[in-house]
Amino acid sequence: MTELRTRIEEVVSGEPVALFMKGTPALVMCSNSERALHALRSAGAPVTAVDILPDPHIREELSALSGWPTIPQVFIRGELVGGADIVEELAASGELEQKLEQSLGPEYRNGTERVVDVLA
Amino acid sequence: MTAMAIERLQPLLERAFPDATELEVVDRTGGGDHFQVTVASRRFEGLSLVDQHRLVYEALADPLEDGTIHELRIKTKGPT
Repeated sequence: MTELRTRIEEVVSGEPVALFMKGTPALVMCSNSERALHALRSAGAPVTAVDILPDPHIREELSALSGWPTIPQVFIRGELVGGADIVEELAASGELEQKLEQSLGPEYRNGTERVVDVLA
Repeated sequence: MTAMAIERLQPLLERAFPDATELEVVDRTGGGDHFQVTVASRRFEGLSLVDQHRLVYEALADPLEDGTIHELRIKTKGPT
C-alpha cells in the first residue's frame, strides 16, 4: 500500500467530516465542490477539507478506496455519504444535521473548519 | 456533439433500469459533457442514496471512464 493511500485512509477514518474537493474552502475550483461545501456549512459540519488538485494520484487513490468515481466526496466518521447531489439533498431534508448529530454528538457544531494535506 | 452524447447515455440507462418510470438525460450546459440524469426505478427501493447513485455510476461507467461525461448530476427516486 502506498504512503498516499495510507494518508488518505487516515483522513477518511480519522476526521469527523472529510471533504475531498477541487481547491480549498478559501479558493474553491469547482461548482460541485462549492455545492458540497455550502451544504455542509449550512448544517454546521466541522469540515476537514482535502484539495485533490495538487496531484492526480490523490483522486486515483481516493476513488480506488471509496469506489466513487467523482469529486467531491464527503465522509462522516469514515462512511461515504456521497457527492454534491446527495449532500445537498440530505441538507435540504434536514437528514444531514441528524446524521451529523448521530455520528458526532450534539456538540458537533463546535468543531472548526480546516484544511489538511495528504501529500508527504 | 451534444445530441450524440445524450444518445449514448440514454440507452445505457435504459438497459440498466428497464423498469424506469422516469428516465431523463439533460445536457446542462449545451456543451455535451455536463449532464443531469434523473431516474425513477424500483431498483432504488430500500437502498441508501449512496448505493442508488452507485447504480447510476455503474450504468455510465464507460462514458465516465473515457471522459464523455465531464460532470454528472444525479437525481434518483423510487418508482413514480
